[in-house]
Amino acid sequence: MAEVVLENVSKTFAGTIALDNVSLTVPDGSFVVLLGPTGAGKTTTLRMVSGLDTPDRGEVFIDGRPMRGLAPAERNVAMVFQQYSLYPHLTVRQNLEFPLKSPLLKTPREEIDRKVSEVAEVLQIAHKLDNKATALSGGEMQRVSIGRALVRDPQIFLMDEPLSSLDAKLRADLRIELKRIQARSGATLLYVTHDQIEAMTMATHVGVLNEGKLVQFGSPREVYEQPVSVYAATRLGQPRINVLPANIFAGAPLGAASIGLRPEHIQQGEGEDALVKRVEHLGDQTRLHLTFRKHDLITVTDAHTPLRGGETIKIQPSKPLYFDAAGMRLA
Amino acid sequence: MSSYSVTEPSQRQKWFAGILVVGYALITILPLVWIIATSFKSPSDAIAYPPKTFFEPTVEGYVNVFTTRTRLSEEQLQAVGEPQTWYDKLVRKDGLVISGPSRFAERFTNSVIIGFGSTVLCIVLGTAAAYAFSRFKVPLRDDLLFFILSTRMMPPIAVAIPIFLMFRSLGLNDTHAGMILLYTAVNLSLSVWLLKGFIDEIPVEYEEAALIDGYTRFQAFYKVVLPQAATGIASTAIFCLIFAWNEYAFAVLLTSGNAQTAPPFIPTIIGVSGQDWPAVAAGATLFLVPVMVFTILLRKHLLRGITFGAVRK
Repeated sequence: MAEVVLENVSKTFAGTIALDNVSLTVPDGSFVVLLGPTGAGKTTTLRMVSGLDTPDRGEVFIDGRPMRGLAPAERNVAMVFQQYSLYPHLTVRQNLEFPLKSPLLKTPREEIDRKVSEVAEVLQIAHKLDNKATALSGGEMQRVSIGRALVRDPQIFLMDEPLSSLDAKLRADLRIELKRIQARSGATLLYVTHDQIEAMTMATHVGVLNEGKLVQFGSPREVYEQPVSVYAATRLGQPRINVLPANIFAGAPLGAASIGLRPEHIQQGEGEDALVKRVEHLGDQTRLHLTFRKHDLITVTDAHTPLRGGETIKIQPSKPLYFDAAGMRLA
Repeated sequence: MSSYSVTEPSQRQKWFAGILVVGYALITILPLVWIIATSFKSPSDAIAYPPKTFFEPTVEGYVNVFTTRTRLSEEQLQAVGEPQTWYDKLVRKDGLVISGPSRFAERFTNSVIIGFGSTVLCIVLGTAAAYAFSRFKVPLRDDLLFFILSTRMMPPIAVAIPIFLMFRSLGLNDTHAGMILLYTAVNLSLSVWLLKGFIDEIPVEYEEAALIDGYTRFQAFYKVVLPQAATGIASTAIFCLIFAWNEYAFAVLLTSGNAQTAPPFIPTIIGVSGQDWPAVAAGATLFLVPVMVFTILLRKHLLRGITFGAVRK
């Protein structure tokens, strides 16, 4: 296991800036989640670390060693691709054995069998081991692809949305399993996801990327509660943070252009009138869609609220976040 | 069935398609049937008019293609004595004796060596070039590809004279190596283009996965790309073999005593003793066999679709 450091890494693909001077330290044994929309540079970051692409400028260090010029095989990293990339001409078992049989590892036979069956058990694919890789469902392929990384004992795991095509139950199971594996083995993980629950539950650190720049790096709670910008604030939170003109409520500080209110930070019962447009009962919570001074807001309320669409409630902000005209957070 | 389906063809469409396929198959197979039938006819049946559909089969043609025969006078025949083997007996009917083997076996072997040799070379070089064109940033890639294709824009025989002169000064005239090189050069453009298409279709993610899994690029190519390119390699190999196998003009021009292949040899059979069409047909029939066997062996690789579906697009 090892620490991974990116130092001023930049990368351009055919004129498009994929990474712009990114510096990032993935501490040894940490679980770092990268957030950002498509094209933000998440996958490119993983590819820089893996050695599939090399930085135009800057340097990647794994365990203190500069990686420039080293092929992926020489870096001893495991990667789960967004496209599962299972070898279609091999069976599930052969796919899982593939990295263990590499010239890099040359694992003895008993060891291979032990690891493969162990991983197959964890990922619930033991009964599919002798199937052709192409004969699996999407979810099964994704699990095999995770398995192909887990059979190894690499310096770092790189995972590109590994749980994206699994059903909710399996995703929850694997979330716990990945976290358990990481905690037990002390593995370092660099993980890309769109899923906020994955980020909040598994990550020790969250890195927010925007157009190739790392805009915030910190613990999930830090990023959630103290976002540096509107952009960072909208990365986490479900439903998303409400962003409104700052002057809509009294008390905005000087220079504030907008106010960010997390749904749970809209206090109900006091303050000013807002119209309830729609009530969504989700079971464990209820979402209220409000109209407040011609702006739409979403807030959460008691699961058993008697409120109905068309009624009026009073709201006021609690713990508001203020942002300047450029979208940066005001301290 | 009363239900209507957009994807499932109707009964009438199936019949129509069936008739079309069977009709086409009949048309293409007829010359083959003709040749094979002729090879089992006697010389007189072979030139009978109207042509005989039913005849007494004989292997005389096959005996003739492998042997040279001499016509002897009555006295000479008596001096030779009774025919010993079944093929001796067969030719003795016509007052002939077998004077030795023909050069057919030798020419046939030359065809095998040159045909398969150039196919193997073509596939090895073609795969390597196609992979490079498909995966690497080759400078002037499109121009190079066009240049490679342009070698096919005139009939190869158009450059016969320069090649003849080059071969003469290089000592490649009438050698196996020369013919293998020549057929490889002609076929390489086809094999590079075909194989590049197939390799382009193999997602690069597989190799990337293999690189991460601890393999070098060459090992990834060998273990991951090649098995998936098997379909393309098989069909390209069949095309290359068929060209090299059937090539006539260069073979006539550049080979004679040593490296002559079967195509220029087969027509010469006819002159040995009269119009021996069955022997020619027998030679042609035997000549068909290797390509047929090769194609049948590779048939299962020609079925497409085995590699699709394991990469999410």
